Amino acid sequence: MRSIWRTTDPGLLRDIALVCLADGVVGLSYGAISVGGGLDLWVPVLLSIVVFAGASQFLFVGIVAAGGSPIAATVAGLLVNSRHVAFGLAVSDVIGSGWRRPLGSHVMTDENVAFALGQDDLRQKRAAYWVCGIGIFVCWNIGVVIGALAGSVITDTDVFGLDAAFPAVLLALVLPSLRDKKTRTAALVGSVVALAATPFLPAGLPVLLALVGLVFYRSDKPALDAVR
Amino acid sequence: MNTTLLLVGILVLAVGTFSLRLAGPWMRTRFELPERAQQVMAVAAVVLLAALVATAALTDGHGGAGIARPAGVLVGGVLAWRKAPFVLVVVAAAATAAGLRLLGVP
Repeated sequence: MRSIWRTTDPGLLRDIALVCLADGVVGLSYGAISVGGGLDLWVPVLLSIVVFAGASQFLFVGIVAAGGSPIAATVAGLLVNSRHVAFGLAVSDVIGSGWRRPLGSHVMTDENVAFALGQDDLRQKRAAYWVCGIGIFVCWNIGVVIGALAGSVITDTDVFGLDAAFPAVLLALVLPSLRDKKTRTAALVGSVVALAATPFLPAGLPVLLALVGLVFYRSDKPALDAVR
Repeated sequence: MNTTLLLVGILVLAVGTFSLRLAGPWMRTRFELPERAQQVMAVAAVVLLAALVATAALTDGHGGAGIARPAGVLVGGVLAWRKAPFVLVVVAAAATAAGLRLLGVP
């Protein structure tokens, strides 16, 4: 792990630290909202450690706190997390093998996948992925515990504009990849499809549907069978 | 509330999510993928992240996200496109949305 710190340049570390901090604040609100909604402290805390996927956790506690069935909450959460399959296929080499695989898979988030994809070589990708993943895991869980204990300190992170900060984080990180015209076309088509599907489908599915944009990803060689 | 059912729900979500995360790396070690397919995998991740940006910026639940949030993301996006430092991108996006809300913009 020490080599990871040596490969990571200070600028990247600062960027990652900022994202971890922001995730910690969202964790605060998640903990506070869960307990405020009438759930016991252990529910948001356990979810954060063993599930560790923000969007699905918000959805889960939202459904359960509103009196919904835990089964429905589980299904909804799994649907939202299904995009991790595609992320895993993309960052498999970055995660590594042996003990790194289960651990690295567990700390997989949108943010550290985006950070990894934005780096040039494998060493840098690994460093960005692991530092960001572990950093978010630590900050998120600390935030959740504090939020759940303190109750209503911060329940509405929209006041700070954090709901705008997270899409901006991901946008800034994928922008370099979008300079490639074929990738840009696929991403654009996929985003339009996801937006069009959002009013009609449960959370998680619209983003997954965006993968149809890959049909528009044409290579110079006619090897389209590999897409399917 | 049924604590046992709740606990089972959490554990199933945990095991399921972990399996979804592990599925990609697991499949990649079992099957040798041609170069072209590996390239598509990377593009697939970018497509998903882009769709996440679009839906997170413009929608909330099944409806629209109002004005403040898309405006904030737009400001951040333009700054990122102009190669502004990452910290500035993030802070400007948040500040724009927060500032607009302070002014009463939804």
